[in-house]
Amino acid sequence: MTEDTARPTSVDPTLVGRSYAPRETYEVSRAKIAEMAAATGATHPAHTDPDAAFELGHADVVAPPTFAVVLAQRAEQAYVASPESGIDFSRVVHAEEHFTHHRAIVAGDRLRTTVHVDKIVERGGITLVTTRAEIADTDDAPVATVTSTLAVRGEGR
Amino acid sequence: MNATPEHRESAPEATNAASALTELEPGQEVLRRTYAIDRGRLVRYAGASGDFNPIHYSDRAATEAGLPGVIAHGMLTMGLAGSAVVDWAGDPAAVAEYGVRFTRPVVVPDPGEAEIEVVGTVGSVDLAASSVRVDLKVTCDGTTVLAKAQAVIRLGSP
Repeated sequence: MTEDTARPTSVDPTLVGRSYAPRETYEVSRAKIAEMAAATGATHPAHTDPDAAFELGHADVVAPPTFAVVLAQRAEQAYVASPESGIDFSRVVHAEEHFTHHRAIVAGDRLRTTVHVDKIVERGGITLVTTRAEIADTDDAPVATVTSTLAVRGEGR
Repeated sequence: MNATPEHRESAPEATNAASALTELEPGQEVLRRTYAIDRGRLVRYAGASGDFNPIHYSDRAATEAGLPGVIAHGMLTMGLAGSAVVDWAGDPAAVAEYGVRFTRPVVVPDPGEAEIEVVGTVGSVDLAASSVRVDLKVTCDGTTVLAKAQAVIRLGSP
């Protein structure tokens, strides 16, 4: 039942190029950084000890290198969870993730995330959906770019 | 306390990465770590990250989704490997780029745990940019779970 390559999943390919404006200003807290650090086995003192962060020249405790996924996934909901996307989240697995840090994320940052639908390709009954979350500060200076690819399996896959 | 950015110069001498940049050779192993993932860690990661997909805590949901059992968040595995990179880099802010491809799910038994091994080798060194690319081999039971896993460490301000 996987030969229906024309439309193996219900993902709408016409949404490529669509952007979703920020829905919130996310304030990064020391507590959230500490929580994510603990969850990912990150023990570097600059994640949790302000003095250790200051010593390295940072304004406050520094987020782990995958912290931006918290903001990216919140923002991606505007697209992924919308009925128009056609994405059945129960059939989704994560395929790729890439972070580019234009600068470190530190506690106290106030960040806004814009999501772009960059690519939708269908391959053997699976639809690969690539989104790009552009995270900026409240002056619109770039902070991080998070590119994520989800694999959506068709029925019977 | 000496809590100002001006005290940067007094930072502890060098990190592993910084002290050795000119001596690093492509292919050289620079880090090796193992991390245990049990169901408790999945719950902790779900809460911290906000990713509450039930395939990461419910056997029923995982089975219904066609998976062999509850699997770890790909981003948890990526995060654990990233922590090993940060420890080697000496400064979390030095990780300029970090990307992976998720190739195999990490099944997390109950009771028990899955063990992830992270091995980092030097991919390339760019002395002009003061940066080094670390290539990560991330495996679970000998199977590669993250492919094309690479981090670019940038030392000092460009």
